[in-house]
Amino acid sequence: MSAATLFGLCGAALAGLGLYGVIVHPHPLRKILAFNLIGGGVFVILGIVARRGAAAGFTSDPIPQALVITGIVVAFAATALAVALVLRLLHETGWVTLRPDLAIGARPDDPHC
Amino acid sequence: MPNAAIVSAGTTPGGFLLVLAIMLPVGGLLLSFLLGGRHAERVAIVVMPFGVAVAAAIAAGVWRSRNVLQYVVGGWHPPLGVALRADGLSAAMIVTAALLVPGIGLFARAQFATPPGAEARAPLVFWTLLLAVWAALNAVFLGADLFNLFVALELLTFAAVPLVCLDGRAETLAAALRYLLFALLGSVLYLLGTVLLYGAYGTLDIALLSSRVRAEPLAWVALSLMTAGLLAKAALYPLHLWLPPAHAGAPAPASALLSGLVVKAPFFLVVRLWFDVMPGLADRAAAQLLGALAAAAILFGSVLALRQARLKLLIAYSTVAQIGYLFLMFPLSGKSQVGHPWGNSAWTGGVLQAVSHAFAKAAMFMAAGLVYEALGHDRIAGLAGIGRALPITIFAFGLGGLSLMGLPPSGGFVAKAMLLTAAVAEGQWWWALVVLVGGLLAGGYVFLVLARALADPSEPLTLLTPIARTRQMLVLALALFAVLLGFVPLRPSELLMIGRPHPVVLGFK
Repeated sequence: MSAATLFGLCGAALAGLGLYGVIVHPHPLRKILAFNLIGGGVFVILGIVARRGAAAGFTSDPIPQALVITGIVVAFAATALAVALVLRLLHETGWVTLRPDLAIGARPDDPHC
Repeated sequence: MPNAAIVSAGTTPGGFLLVLAIMLPVGGLLLSFLLGGRHAERVAIVVMPFGVAVAAAIAAGVWRSRNVLQYVVGGWHPPLGVALRADGLSAAMIVTAALLVPGIGLFARAQFATPPGAEARAPLVFWTLLLAVWAALNAVFLGADLFNLFVALELLTFAAVPLVCLDGRAETLAAALRYLLFALLGSVLYLLGTVLLYGAYGTLDIALLSSRVRAEPLAWVALSLMTAGLLAKAALYPLHLWLPPAHAGAPAPASALLSGLVVKAPFFLVVRLWFDVMPGLADRAAAQLLGALAAAAILFGSVLALRQARLKLLIAYSTVAQIGYLFLMFPLSGKSQVGHPWGNSAWTGGVLQAVSHAFAKAAMFMAAGLVYEALGHDRIAGLAGIGRALPITIFAFGLGGLSLMGLPPSGGFVAKAMLLTAAVAEGQWWWALVVLVGGLLAGGYVFLVLARALADPSEPLTLLTPIARTRQMLVLALALFAVLLGFVPLRPSELLMIGRPHPVVLGFK
């Protein structure tokens, strides 16, 4: 098995594990971690894709490397925003879970909607 | 814009307008932070007329040249560089955003006014995020590079999510978090598909990709991943769970922005993917599946809307249903549409539905916001008498409802009539049935509200605050736009076809 195939399989496994985590875990923090796991998998696959430049005579294709850096920045910003929201939720309610009684209009006396 | 020849054409005359459309709101956003929160509102209001002028200039440029406007960023041609491109569809969506964003901004001045002297957080956040959403929307409508579009989608998400929880209550924080989690899953799936396409074909430019892509499992996997991710962001059934709490919990101007425009961006990208990147690879079963999800969205969304006790939740569930109509274009864009005078009536109907729903839904959310301000609640059971107290607002709500039901004369009527025509031409009567039943159900929930609002109150109604007539007229103006779209059904479809090869159909395998 070549290194490229091995890395590709690792990326696929990471993305699959992350997808499982996002869907199965109800806890927002775990979902955020699982999202980062999928992101990690995608970036590994991008690294493999950069090898196609080698066939065209380059040592590697520069575009995927630029994409990985941008992707990591975006994923970092997304994680920061999500964690900030979880922290505000903790501050307001004392929990970090998405309880069903937090639904809009679930409380009959709630004047807001 | 699948014409690969455009790539080598370089920057076309007027191409700088495309950069301006994105940079103008971004510039305003940065200026707001530089000058401080007290000036954010003024900066946003000053930027708006310029944004409208740029959008009008882009539409005029596309219309006059009868061709795509292109700007090649930094002079680097694709596949190495990144291009911005505006075809007729982009122009239509940019003009829609340029009409709605200032309308929402003017409406929000009363709610998010900057307090004299001190700097307040909610106005600063609202006005800067309004500009951020505008910039991100324009970036989505003009992007010609799949990865650039990913970044634009992320910017849109990051700008839209905090709008949901501006009031900082636990309920809206939870709604915003749920929205963000769905959106993040969607964007990472989209990114995975993009990476696979780049790995296989060595380009991310939509026009180049359309000439290189082949019918093979890798392309299908990439298309499925990207479509699934975008469906989560567009809230198509069954990935709609985040939408009602987020759109109902946001302040009324933010709801109008989110429901009217933000959910249209991922839909726009699905259209780009299916019709521009790989029109020849579309699978009939996949298109039928999208149609089935659309039908489920229309039926479930409408029935749930009928069961809501709160006005804003009712409107949010109706958004779930109306998003369904957008996706009916996919199963109906088959061979029967070849040689159709409108290019493709299902495609045109779907785009017209996106535009007319944007105006109608923004007007309805803003009307609900005024009702809430006047009554201090928005329970539908307690609306009696509001029709007499705020007649213009309730009239605007009804006009918006006209478009949702698909009654003439309205943009919604023309859109749904085109979808019906296509369903008959394609010999797929079941979609026609869905359109008709959806219209009946929409009539049900709109009349439910209107009947209560026009009823005589058991005790005299006292308003908490008087509602300014100018704000009511603004809501009415947006609702009238949705109606007026019904009178210009053929001219815009000519605009929509610019930069698009005839016929606009999916070559089903």
